[in-house]
Amino acid sequence: MSENIEVLNAGDSRLAPTLGESQKGIQDRTNLHSTPGFYSRAWRKLRRDKLAMTALIVSAIILVFSFGAPIVALFTGYDYQTGNLRTILQPIGYENHHLGTDANGRDILTRLAYGGRISMTVAVLATFYALAFGATIGSIAGYYGGFIDSVLMRAVDVIISIPGITLLLLVSVWWQPGPFGLAVVIASLGWTGVSRLVRGEVLSLRHRDFVDAARVLGASDRRIIVKHIMPNVLPIVIVWTSLALPGLILTEATLSYLGFGVQIPTPSWGNMLDEAKEFYTRSWTYVFIPGAAIYIAALAFNLLGNGLRDALDPRLND
Amino acid sequence: MTRYIARRALMMIPLLIGISFMVFALLNLVPGSPIDQFEFNPNVTPADLDRIEENLGLNEPWYERYFIWLGDVLRGDLGNSLVNYTPVWYALRSALPNTLILAATSLVLAIGVSIPLGVLSAVKRNSLFDRVVTVLTTAFNSVPSIWLGLLAIILFSVQFQEWGLPSLPTGGVKDLRGGGGFWDRVQHLLMPAIIVALVSLSGWTRYIRGSMLEVIRQDYVRTAQAKGLRNRVVLMGHAFRNALLPLVTLVGLTIPDIFGGALIIENVFAYPGMGRLTVLSLQQNDYTIAMACVMMFAVLTLIGNLVSDVLYGVMDPRVRYD
Repeated sequence: MSENIEVLNAGDSRLAPTLGESQKGIQDRTNLHSTPGFYSRAWRKLRRDKLAMTALIVSAIILVFSFGAPIVALFTGYDYQTGNLRTILQPIGYENHHLGTDANGRDILTRLAYGGRISMTVAVLATFYALAFGATIGSIAGYYGGFIDSVLMRAVDVIISIPGITLLLLVSVWWQPGPFGLAVVIASLGWTGVSRLVRGEVLSLRHRDFVDAARVLGASDRRIIVKHIMPNVLPIVIVWTSLALPGLILTEATLSYLGFGVQIPTPSWGNMLDEAKEFYTRSWTYVFIPGAAIYIAALAFNLLGNGLRDALDPRLND
Repeated sequence: MTRYIARRALMMIPLLIGISFMVFALLNLVPGSPIDQFEFNPNVTPADLDRIEENLGLNEPWYERYFIWLGDVLRGDLGNSLVNYTPVWYALRSALPNTLILAATSLVLAIGVSIPLGVLSAVKRNSLFDRVVTVLTTAFNSVPSIWLGLLAIILFSVQFQEWGLPSLPTGGVKDLRGGGGFWDRVQHLLMPAIIVALVSLSGWTRYIRGSMLEVIRQDYVRTAQAKGLRNRVVLMGHAFRNALLPLVTLVGLTIPDIFGGALIIENVFAYPGMGRLTVLSLQQNDYTIAMACVMMFAVLTLIGNLVSDVLYGVMDPRVRYD
C-alpha cells in the first residue's frame, strides 16, 4: 500500500494553503487601509456562491427544526410518542397531521423533529470527536515524523483496510450505546481521514521558514503547533468537518436502520425508516419522509462543504 | 513483481491475525451469549444450560478460546454455528458467491459508467452534458442507499405491478417457485447492484473528470495535438491512459466501500449474502459465524487493495517494486 499512500500525501500537500506570509506582508504595505483577513475574504466569497448560501440556509433550517423539536411539537399539537391506533398510516395532510401518521398513529412531523434532534446530535458529536482525535493524531504524526509517524499511519492503514460498517456493527453490538455512546462509536472509525489530511498538511508546514524562525526564537513544540501550525491547518479542517458531517449523518441512519444504532422507542431518522419499511405497500409517504429528511440534511451539508472548500482553498483564489 | 506480491501476501498474515484477535475480543466481551435462546425455555434446567455451555466450549475464558479458534482455522476448520450447530462453512458456501456476484457486478457497473461519464464531461467541459453530470453526481453523492433501495422497491416492484408493467422482484437471489435461471438471477441482481454502484459512481466520475482535465493541460497532449493527430487519438491514446492512473488507486481504496455498500443493501433487499449473514449472526450472538463473516470481508478487502497496488504498477512503469 505504500505507493498509493505516497501518492495520496502528494495530493494532500497540494491542498496546502499557499497563503504565504510574505505575500500577506506585501499586501499590507501596498494597501495602507486595513486589509480584510483570510476568513472575511472567504466569507465574502462564500456569500457570492448562491448554491452554498442556499445550502447554508437549508442546513440552518434543519438544525433549528431538529433542535427546536419541542417547539415543533407545540405547533403540531402532538406528542412524539403517543399514538392513536384508530388513525394509523394516514396520508399527508390528514386532519392536523401535516405529514400523516405512522404505523402506531403517531404524528410523523413531530417524530421527524425529535428524530432529527437525535440524528443531528449523534452526527455533530461524532464529527467533533473524530475531529478532535484525528487532528491530534495527525498533527503528532506529521510534526514528529519518523518512528511515531510510521506507527500511527500503519494503524490508520489497518483501520482503513477493514470495511468500516462491519466494525461499527461489532462495536455497537458490544456496547449497545445510547446516542452519546453511538457518537463515540461512529467517531472511533471516522477519524482516519482527518488524521491523514492533517498529517500531510503539518508535514508540509513543518519546514517552512516561519516555523523554523519560531524554533530559532526558542518556541516550544507545543507553542509551535498551537500558534503557528494550527492556524494554517484550520481551513482544511473546516472543509473536512463540513464534508464529514453528511457522511456521518448517513452512517448514523444506516446503523439505526439495521437495528444497531439508536434504539426504539427513541426516534431517529434511521430507525423511523426501519419502522416504516414494513409498511411500504400501504403508505409510501411513511417511507419517503424520514429518508428524504436524511437526504436533504446530508445534501445540504455536503453542498455547504463544497462551497466552503471553494471559499477557503487559496489555490483557487486567483 | 512476483517477490513484491509474495511479500505483500505474507504481510497480510500478521494483519489478519491482529484483526481476528480484535474482532474476537469485541465479540466475546458482548454481554449476550448464544445460550440466551434457552433462558426462558421451561424444559431447560440450569444444569442443562451449564452442560450446553460446556459442550459449546463457552465455559473457557475468551482468550483461551481465541487460540483454540485460531488453531482450528489454521487447520481449515471454521467451527460450527452456535445457534443451529451446522458447520460455518455451509453458511459461507451459500452466502459468499452471492456477495461476490453483487460486489463484482456493482464494481463493473460503477467503472463502466463512471469512466465514460468522467472523460466526456472533462472533454466537453462546461457544456450542458457536463453540467447535467455535475448536478447528478452531486445529487447522488449524499443519497442514503437504504432509502434509495426502499424507494426502488416501492416504484419498480410494487407500483409497476399495480400499473401492470413488468415489475422487478423485491428481494432474494432467485424466484422460490422454480426460479434460478440466468435471467431470473439477473432480475434479482439488478436493483441491488445498481444501488451499490451508485454509491461509488458519483465520486469516481468527479475524480476521473478532475484527473482528465489535469492531463489534458499537459504539454505532451498539446504536442500530440500539434502533430496533427486526430482528437480522438490524442484523447484515447495519450490522455486517457494517464488520467486513469489515479482511478486504479481510488478503486482499490474504495473496495471496502463496495463491500460495505453491499452489506447494507443486502439487508434492504433480503439478499442472502455475507452482509445479511453478518447482521443476522450478530443479532443472534452467533460468534463463530460473525467471526467468519468479518474475517471474510477483511480478506476480500486486503486482496482488493493488493490487486489495485499491483495494477497500479502494471499501468505506471514509473512505480518500482523493491
